[in-house]
Amino acid sequence: MTYQQNHHPVLEVRNLITRVATPAGAKTVLDNVSFTLQAEETLCLAGESGSGKSVTALSIMGLLPPSARTTQGEILLEGRNLLDLSDRQMQKIRGGDIAMIFQEPMTSLNPVMTIGRQLKEAISIHQDVYGKEADAKALRALDAVRISESKRRMVQYPHELSGGMRQRVMIAMALSCNPKVLIADEPTTALDVTIQAQILTLMNELKKDFQTSIILITHDMGVVAEMADRVAVMNSGRIIEAQEVKKLFQAPSEAYTRALLKAIPRLGSMKDTPSEAKQLTPEGKPQTPVLEVRDLTVRFDINGGLLNRPVSRVHAVEKLSFDLFPGETLALVGESGCGKSTIGKSLVSLISAKGTIKIDGQEVTGLSAQELLPVRRKIQMVFQDPYAALDPRMTVGDLVGEPLVIHKLAHGRELIDRVENLFNRVGLPADAMARHPHEFSGGQRQRICIARALSLSPKIIVADESVSALDVSVQAQVLDLLQELQQELGLSYLFISHDMAVVEQVCHRVAVMLLGEIVECGPRDIVFSNPQHPYTKQLLDAVPIADPTVRRKERFLPQGEVPSPVRSLDYKPEIRSFNNLGQGHFVREYA
Amino acid sequence: MATYILRRLMEAVFILIGITMITYALLYLIPADPVRQIAGRSATPETVENIRQQLGLDLPFYEQYWRYVSALFQGDLGRSYLQKTEVSELIASRLPASLLLMVAAISLELLMGLVMGTISAVRRNSAVDNSLMVISFVGVSAPQFVVGIIFLYIFAVKLNWFPIGGYGTFHHLVLPALTLGFMGAGWYSRMMRSSMLNVLGQDFVRTARAKGLGKARVIVRHAVPNALLPIIAMIGIDIGIFMSGIVVVESVFGWPGIGQLAWQAIQRVDIPIIMGVTLVAACSIVLGNLLADIIAPFVDPRIKLK
Repeated sequence: MTYQQNHHPVLEVRNLITRVATPAGAKTVLDNVSFTLQAEETLCLAGESGSGKSVTALSIMGLLPPSARTTQGEILLEGRNLLDLSDRQMQKIRGGDIAMIFQEPMTSLNPVMTIGRQLKEAISIHQDVYGKEADAKALRALDAVRISESKRRMVQYPHELSGGMRQRVMIAMALSCNPKVLIADEPTTALDVTIQAQILTLMNELKKDFQTSIILITHDMGVVAEMADRVAVMNSGRIIEAQEVKKLFQAPSEAYTRALLKAIPRLGSMKDTPSEAKQLTPEGKPQTPVLEVRDLTVRFDINGGLLNRPVSRVHAVEKLSFDLFPGETLALVGESGCGKSTIGKSLVSLISAKGTIKIDGQEVTGLSAQELLPVRRKIQMVFQDPYAALDPRMTVGDLVGEPLVIHKLAHGRELIDRVENLFNRVGLPADAMARHPHEFSGGQRQRICIARALSLSPKIIVADESVSALDVSVQAQVLDLLQELQQELGLSYLFISHDMAVVEQVCHRVAVMLLGEIVECGPRDIVFSNPQHPYTKQLLDAVPIADPTVRRKERFLPQGEVPSPVRSLDYKPEIRSFNNLGQGHFVREYA
Repeated sequence: MATYILRRLMEAVFILIGITMITYALLYLIPADPVRQIAGRSATPETVENIRQQLGLDLPFYEQYWRYVSALFQGDLGRSYLQKTEVSELIASRLPASLLLMVAAISLELLMGLVMGTISAVRRNSAVDNSLMVISFVGVSAPQFVVGIIFLYIFAVKLNWFPIGGYGTFHHLVLPALTLGFMGAGWYSRMMRSSMLNVLGQDFVRTARAKGLGKARVIVRHAVPNALLPIIAMIGIDIGIFMSGIVVVESVFGWPGIGQLAWQAIQRVDIPIIMGVTLVAACSIVLGNLLADIIAPFVDPRIKLK
């Protein structure tokens, strides 16, 4: 790598202390943070949520919210202390010497301003150029981030661009004034893996082209291994350990770092564990599936025109079939928009679908709400965001007991007993029942959601990205809990996820989805070690590996965007057959 | 776009027919008898019966309504019972005054409301914010006839800055417009404040600051245009509230608009006028909403009219 020990530091942070005013008094969120950033170096600030990574970035930029203040320390940009500067002087630094890009490309651009105007605005204030000249510079910035059809992008609005393209625009804006330092706060966290791979590669290339130093903030140790020259691991407002990247992964000196590294799901870590086949009983007889899905099709019309009739159609799920066996975890993986969540929702009858769904032998489609009730007991759902999935005004005891009340299965003392039982089962103290959701951490809330799903003793749990919003250490605990429950209760999971490494850890079989269809399906060990469909290969290739020694120089880079499932009304989906490769491994035919 | 407007106008026809139905039914149900009003107290039963037959008020309800609606489709709003003039002429002569008052009041309330709301949001929880919100609270909660009379007392009677009532010059316009706009200013300042607070917390505002833009520029160029989006939809709905305000304010200030016309007609149960004014009001609400929806995509490129 280009990192050299004796480079002069571009940015030096010394003994930074930042405090936030809370109703309970001042809270220290950055505690004596010190680090240096060398020229053309990528320094990763790694750590879990709440560790102070973003606050560090905002402190450097002088963009802390009004309730927060940096009370002590120095931030030296080439020797100049930024904390001594006036607001007007800081404006020159922001976007000029230090630029920043953020996590959410969907919301980080002004929705009512064209891309071109937003770019030109940055260029005009720092370089004092206007009109045609600024236009030319903005266009050059867009070309630098290798965005397609850059001229057209200039007059487009943010909503007309995909997430990956918007992040490219953010990078173009940040680099348009040749900053000395680029701070990237979780720049790829909200993006699909293939797009993440594109953006990370782009950042590495631009670092060389623009000779910029990068502070990359991320929770993803895979991204750290892929990108960093040096790493500073943060926890509760402190830098626990700062190391050269290879050293950190090989020989972390602090216990916290070791625990963090241990908790990361690593792709390929299950290579030598063959996956259990659940299609057969222990005696070797074929099992009856607990869930049978045949030709499931979900389409949404997009209306318009004089009479508000359908003008185009979203083919969210197309003729999809699969089985789920007792005690089995089947993972549905794919990128955003592939229809995986739609499947989950149609299975629990939250949206209507065509095709047949048999739960525990009983046909579900076409049942009335009344007839559906007993079937619903057998299939429950755990959602992605544990903060949004719990009614903030109800106590968690009521939340967990509510399904029992709705299905009239328990009341009075019995209800309380059963809820207590559920709390114990998911590892929460029973005396937590009287509290409200906001008093719990994300991981605890997800446990509450699991307890709620378990309350009806279901046979199947649909887990829709259920661990995606959690920190790795918490994620590992929740995954352990799910696996324990499966062994104890013989539950079947439909595990919907975009994260290949997590999927590899938990599932028995995996189905890879693209544009509403399964392209490859088979036992976990076979699909992961011997993927056949080009899309599966592409997905697996795009996952950042949490090992800096296997950093790939030439990434196999998927080009372009994730395709769209919006079709014209007369679109007839192609019917392609599946090739059976044996051992339950199926691959859809591809060109 | 054209198909969208056409579809909305088609919908509007049905809305208006529905409104005529409801208004007509309500007028039929009220215990006042329009014929008594026309004939006077001393009229003989025969005269009363004569007038009743002349006006077709002896017919069954559905027939009366059918006559009204079929005439309406030929553009005939009927004749006033008392003034013996075509309702369309009466409305045409009164409408300009009302429109003038409305345009003045809407401009005033938007100007006051949006500026107050923006300042409040930017100076959140300061003394300025608190006092502006007290003013807006008065605007929202005080009835317009009270506000109008207080304004009259202070600015016309005591200070003598403006005339007590009437129509004709800019001076005449100020107090009614202010009275009518005061309540709206209260609403808009509250809405703008919360909309701005919401926008100021958005990621793109942070991006604008990270670019190195100054505070004023971030507010004017990035925050305000986005904060206006929900307000625009409100302006359409607001015209409905305005219509009821106009009846009160025009009466307080003797402003010769359709509000005053409606007020007089209601007192005398002059059904054709009441129907006519109601239809004009309904049309303006429907058109106001349509206009707000047509403007929306120009302000917010994410909105597409379909």
